[in-house]
Amino acid sequence: MSAMADKEAIENAKVLMVGAGGIGCELLKTLVLTGFKHIHVIDMDTIEVSNLNRQFLFRKRHVGQSKAQVAREAVLRFRPDVDIVAHHANVKSPQFGVGYFQQFNLVLNGLDNLDARRHVNRLCLAADVPLVESGTTGYLGQVTVHMKGTTECYECQPKPAPKTYPVCTITSTPSKPVHCIVWAKDLPFLKLFGDKSLSNDLDVRSSGADSSVEQEEASFFDVQDGESSKAYAARVFDRLFGQNIDIALKNEGAWKERRKPTPLYLDSIWTSEEKYDERADHGSENGHENGSVQEEKPKDDGAALSAMTGLGLKNPQEIWSVKDNARVFLETVRLFLDNRKEELGRLTFDKDDQLAVEFVTAAANLRANSFGIPMQTMFDVKGIAGNIIHAIATTNAIVAGLIVLEALKLLGKDRGASRMTYCLEHASRKLLLMPCEMDVPNPKCYVCSQTPLVLEVNTKTVTLRDVVNKIARKKLGASFPTIMQGYNVLCETGDDIDKHSAAIYEAKLDTKLDALTPVPLVNGVEITIEDLQQEFSCIVHVKHREDFSEEEDDQMRLGGLELLTATTTVVAKDTDVALKATVDVHAASLDEDLVMIDGENAPVVKRKLEERQEPSQKRLKT
Amino acid sequence: MAEPTSGLLTEQEAAVYDRQIRVWGVDAQRRLSKARVLVVGIYGVIAEACKNLVLAGIGSLTLMDDTPVTLDAAASNFLVYVDEIQNQGKSVAQVCADAVGDYNPMVRVQVQQGNILEKPIEFLDDYDVVILGRSSLSLRKKVNALCRSRPQRVAFYAVDVRSSCGNLFIDFQTCTFKSQKKDDDKELEYSKKTCSLEESLSVRWNSLPKRASKLFFATRIVDEFEQRENRQPGQLTSSDLPALIAFGTERLQEQGLAMVPAIESLLTKIAENGTFELSPVCAIMGGVLGQEVLKLLSCKGEPIQNYFFFDASDGKGMIEEVTP
Repeated sequence: MSAMADKEAIENAKVLMVGAGGIGCELLKTLVLTGFKHIHVIDMDTIEVSNLNRQFLFRKRHVGQSKAQVAREAVLRFRPDVDIVAHHANVKSPQFGVGYFQQFNLVLNGLDNLDARRHVNRLCLAADVPLVESGTTGYLGQVTVHMKGTTECYECQPKPAPKTYPVCTITSTPSKPVHCIVWAKDLPFLKLFGDKSLSNDLDVRSSGADSSVEQEEASFFDVQDGESSKAYAARVFDRLFGQNIDIALKNEGAWKERRKPTPLYLDSIWTSEEKYDERADHGSENGHENGSVQEEKPKDDGAALSAMTGLGLKNPQEIWSVKDNARVFLETVRLFLDNRKEELGRLTFDKDDQLAVEFVTAAANLRANSFGIPMQTMFDVKGIAGNIIHAIATTNAIVAGLIVLEALKLLGKDRGASRMTYCLEHASRKLLLMPCEMDVPNPKCYVCSQTPLVLEVNTKTVTLRDVVNKIARKKLGASFPTIMQGYNVLCETGDDIDKHSAAIYEAKLDTKLDALTPVPLVNGVEITIEDLQQEFSCIVHVKHREDFSEEEDDQMRLGGLELLTATTTVVAKDTDVALKATVDVHAASLDEDLVMIDGENAPVVKRKLEERQEPSQKRLKT
Repeated sequence: MAEPTSGLLTEQEAAVYDRQIRVWGVDAQRRLSKARVLVVGIYGVIAEACKNLVLAGIGSLTLMDDTPVTLDAAASNFLVYVDEIQNQGKSVAQVCADAVGDYNPMVRVQVQQGNILEKPIEFLDDYDVVILGRSSLSLRKKVNALCRSRPQRVAFYAVDVRSSCGNLFIDFQTCTFKSQKKDDDKELEYSKKTCSLEESLSVRWNSLPKRASKLFFATRIVDEFEQRENRQPGQLTSSDLPALIAFGTERLQEQGLAMVPAIESLLTKIAENGTFELSPVCAIMGGVLGQEVLKLLSCKGEPIQNYFFFDASDGKGMIEEVTP
């Protein structure tokens, strides 16, 4: 225990916990039991039923309330003398700036997304506060320690990029269930219920090469005058699963090497008797509970509506027949139109929206069926479409224990005692919990070592907005980016920008890079991308390039960052088992087109243990 | 108890257990919902394990510990709410059952009074798993033997955290389980056997691998020392240290080994800290214990055998197999 803090150091320490979810609940409990007395908790989330299997500070009666606040109250029941400040807020909001971070001795992360992790990493570097970072999926977990100048920062090492799929795979040549699920979520769901004015990468090629069809496509998904919701559902069905496939089949070249898809029209699904039923009342296959759904009045809670229940389909773990998928499709469309009218045109996919999950399941399965791809259960579709992380209480408890041990070592000032620890599913060399030495900072890290980057970009086609959103925000993790060229501010974002400046910046955003004034961003120009709140700054060299492949449809590529986008599936050299390290599956945030996790049932990105260039750098501490 | 007889989980089960069903599947969840666990002797690490088992949705959890609840009990046990301590006359088991039962209304949490050794032997037939908290070596052997004497398998787990060191002994007798040994492998059925504590203790120490966890030797020495000196488990102080180290040296020699600084420092740490449990270590040990019990009960995932040790000073969580 010599390396660890004494009682007094623990009691006087002030720690910040970011996240009061799976790891956070365990962490808060273990911190107070260990004797910590001054704790701030930040979490923007509210409690959901699916949290209750592991976030033990919450009960069913707390559903909908702030995680940070309920966690605080729950812990005070067994440790009333502890000073806990709960913030129901986003850690990225400006109130939590460098000044705020500087009041803490330690920052402990229990987060579930890459964005927030990167943001906190930068603030910890700026405030020079040690950070203990953590993550779990299923039985796997890891805890790492980041001290400015001593160990690597959170962003020194590559993070597996969320799996993305080429547009044409989704729109024309799916071969896996996940392709159909992405399609269902991003195409029909948004076309029917989402914001139709939003441009979508999938629009262009959604119906093959026929341009007249594209023209018509735009208005096709509008409900026509006098059209009943049932008639609309049937019309959309035939279009999505019948006509669109027939059109695609005309492009014969595409199917030389592939299995041809089979179009599916409603007429071919029902027997003549059922067809009659269908028009009458959407009879279910089992013939009972007919009509019960129709009589249902619009509910306040739209998320509770279900088509499958009304159709007598009770088991989300069962694969529905094609006919049942068709019924669910029709019924979900009808229910959205009849009962959730006010939300139409602005819906986005939400894994907790039952009707949305049912719709996506049915649409994905109907498409899968056409393409000869195995259909999936609703349970599995929900997991894939919603990027749901597998989570159990025990791993979170273990990881929280490991975080507190690292916290004790950091307070004990023996910085050499810090370790990164992996929590494994299958023991490696008898170890289930495997401590490793932390690496030193990566001199090529653009975050903690401020190494310049290279942006290869087609300056003739790419706009400043693309650079702000796709490079500064998404790739570089800036929450409120500022882009400078020398002393010229090209763009500034944030809450504190005055209207006049904001208008000027806004006007520039849609300008192509080579047309920007006073200095066009062309080959050889150097820009600086900053986030003032994060005290993050990065120099980027612009390099004009036009020969981007079809898959690089952004016409941009950030170099020196190869590591960040590496997707790796490698077995650790130093261990006997493949380690699926905990990673940011949630990085594939729901609003990003075509961003999906890998694998057909396991939303786990594999990352090898010794991903470093120098495997010898990381060794077991013996 | 609302047990689905068909292949379906109830709506509530499906909603609450969604994230873990994605880890172990519906069949495992159904098995868990029928499992009965008995816990004897409630400490910090046991509170952790109880929390994990109840959250996971086992069928029933029975707590046994008649000790009246005191402020001491609250030190490392988050199931003891401070306002309960004033409620005199309540036992630790009662207070903890109330708290942990509230975590998950789908689990039946109850209390058994009395001493496990004084119960009729059929008493154990009502349980699939018995978990023994901090206890003397002789109690551990006796309860383990009782578990083994029953016609149906009663798995036995003994756990303790001393200062920053945790140890866990497992005797599930036999276990058939499904496991995916590597990522992309198919899930196959395997089986494993364990030996009794008594048998495991008969293994000569110098026959163990050189890299064997030093905690194995340290905990054995402490167990035997406490037995010889007639101490309650954990009832040690730094004044016992010279005698403890002398005893350890002697025992190691008898077993063909020599005292090494690593073992001596573990003995020092354990003796100096008496009954103290370091909470993060409780969380880790209670997590591993909970996980192991859940694997066994759900027949899903490879259970470890037959010891697990965690030492916060080197941060290793190590499995040790000690079988004749």
